[in-house]
Amino acid sequence: MNSKVLMQGNRIIGEAAIRAGCRFYAGYPITPQNEIPEYMAENLRKVEGGVFIQSESEIAAINMVAGAASAGARAMTSSSGPGISLKQEGISSMAAQELPGVIVNMMRGGPGLGNIRPSQGDYFQATRGGGHGDYRTIVLAPGTCQELADLTMDAFDLADRYRIPVVLLADGMIGQMMEPVVFKEPKPRQYSADYVLKGAGTGKAKTIKGLILDPLDMEEHNWKLDRKYRVIAAKETRCEIFNTDEADIVIVAYGTAARVAKGAIKRLGDHGIKAGLFRPISLWPFPTEELRRLAGTRKKFFVFEMSTGQMLEDVRLALQGYADIAFHGRPGGVVPTPVELANVIVRQYRRDR
Amino acid sequence: MKKVFSRPESLRKKFVFHYCPGCGHSIAHRVIAEIIDELGVRGTTIGVPPAGCAVLAYNYFDVDMIEAMHGRGPAVATGIKRVRPECLVFSYQGDGDLAAIGIAETFHAANRGENFTIIFMNNAVYGMTGGQMAPTTLLDQKSTTSPPGRNAVLDGYPVQISEILAMLPGTAYIERCTVNSPANIVKTKRAIKKAFQYQLDGRGFSLIEILSPCPTNWKMSPIDACRWIDDVMSKQFPIGVIKDTPAEAAGKEGAGHDR
Repeated sequence: MNSKVLMQGNRIIGEAAIRAGCRFYAGYPITPQNEIPEYMAENLRKVEGGVFIQSESEIAAINMVAGAASAGARAMTSSSGPGISLKQEGISSMAAQELPGVIVNMMRGGPGLGNIRPSQGDYFQATRGGGHGDYRTIVLAPGTCQELADLTMDAFDLADRYRIPVVLLADGMIGQMMEPVVFKEPKPRQYSADYVLKGAGTGKAKTIKGLILDPLDMEEHNWKLDRKYRVIAAKETRCEIFNTDEADIVIVAYGTAARVAKGAIKRLGDHGIKAGLFRPISLWPFPTEELRRLAGTRKKFFVFEMSTGQMLEDVRLALQGYADIAFHGRPGGVVPTPVELANVIVRQYRRDR
Repeated sequence: MKKVFSRPESLRKKFVFHYCPGCGHSIAHRVIAEIIDELGVRGTTIGVPPAGCAVLAYNYFDVDMIEAMHGRGPAVATGIKRVRPECLVFSYQGDGDLAAIGIAETFHAANRGENFTIIFMNNAVYGMTGGQMAPTTLLDQKSTTSPPGRNAVLDGYPVQISEILAMLPGTAYIERCTVNSPANIVKTKRAIKKAFQYQLDGRGFSLIEILSPCPTNWKMSPIDACRWIDDVMSKQFPIGVIKDTPAEAAGKEGAGHDR
């Protein structure tokens, strides 16, 4: 059993990645995630075969990750909103070329340069592919520092299993906070190395490409990717269901917003309102079935996000009009208190009555 | 009977180059393949073709290859070479790919002294998209996006990327060649072989610029295109060795960081 240590969120990601066998990291400085490249600069180069590169740009970083992945390494890059936008070309290319890799987005206020405060405004970008073309990435949203450690390791396993870029979507608050964490033992790496480039040896040369000029062939490649995404959607959803047994209202929130929601649930109890929480951990694939099951017996859902309402659309798609959905959002880098959220829900609930 | 000429092992067995008549790409491909054969490194070579006319290079080279997005070849090659320092890694890029959209990736790979080789095909236009102005288009040269000829005031000047990169301490070997005559093809082969050898010796970044005829977009006959390189293009882009860092200089021996 590994011992419990107190660490900052961003540094936890670095440590978990190294323990998971990440041997290539490229990144560019951007707040609020600078501790990740700093941790990698200090620690990844100490590991045998470990490569750290401070790249000239976000675009270069993701393309270095693509190159390292094609050569067989577990590879990672990290950034925040504006930098993640720049990486989209490379993420689209990795999706097309079916290369594994982990991309961390510690979200900040946007659009544009925005600010450096915690936000959840990149949900659409992360869960809808983000770059050009018909593709998806797996998106994992940790809500605690312990989950940062666990999901970072899981992200590498999922990337290998499905040969897909995996996005770890958190925000500046989780990245900056310190919590006790226990690093689990990483699983042995399981993947098919058929695609890995190391020189043809005496055999047949391999090609990794995304350019498929014949439209029928390109269509088939799109359907091939789609079949993979359907398998992922069926097998890889994750969520936490908290305190819903007696609940009249189910709050739907992820990441930092879910932490605020848990605090609000306690205060709502003081007002005589029984509330529970549905927390998606995989944002793509979205835990649609799990949420829909909950709507069989409960009819009031309250979506709370640090955005103007992005996950809200997935909740509507999941519930398809069979439940009442209310929404509260604080975009732009604002993190409301549990008291504020509880008050908003109390007002909503009393008005409804 | 003694066999004196055959298809290089590092080219695939059955194909017809899709390049236009008189284009320099097919010559450059063949020369690179011959060198890979001669160095005996086909089994440990990884190539990175670009977005551009040469994107289909993996249909011709019988070596491991990964296609890069437009301009990103040096970043992809960096990732590969750092993970597999034992491999011969080269990226193959056109002038728009290398000197415009991928200038940052090129400049900083060179500045880090990444131990791989860039084959830089300079034909002074964007070929695949139909002959638009490139960073290397000459002053007064007509293109589809500089119809009256490139105007320095409005369009800027042709970029001499090889000379610029030669100023960086991380670069070991840079030479400009052309493939417009049998004699120049022999010199080009010598240059690329030297660059690959430097890489195998771990001496750092190398780049071979090749002035390459594009009769289609220059709207010339293949013969006139070859003459134009001698008479006009090579006046702007002089042929020859631009930088050759001796192994012992600046501690370059073994400096090509394996990690």
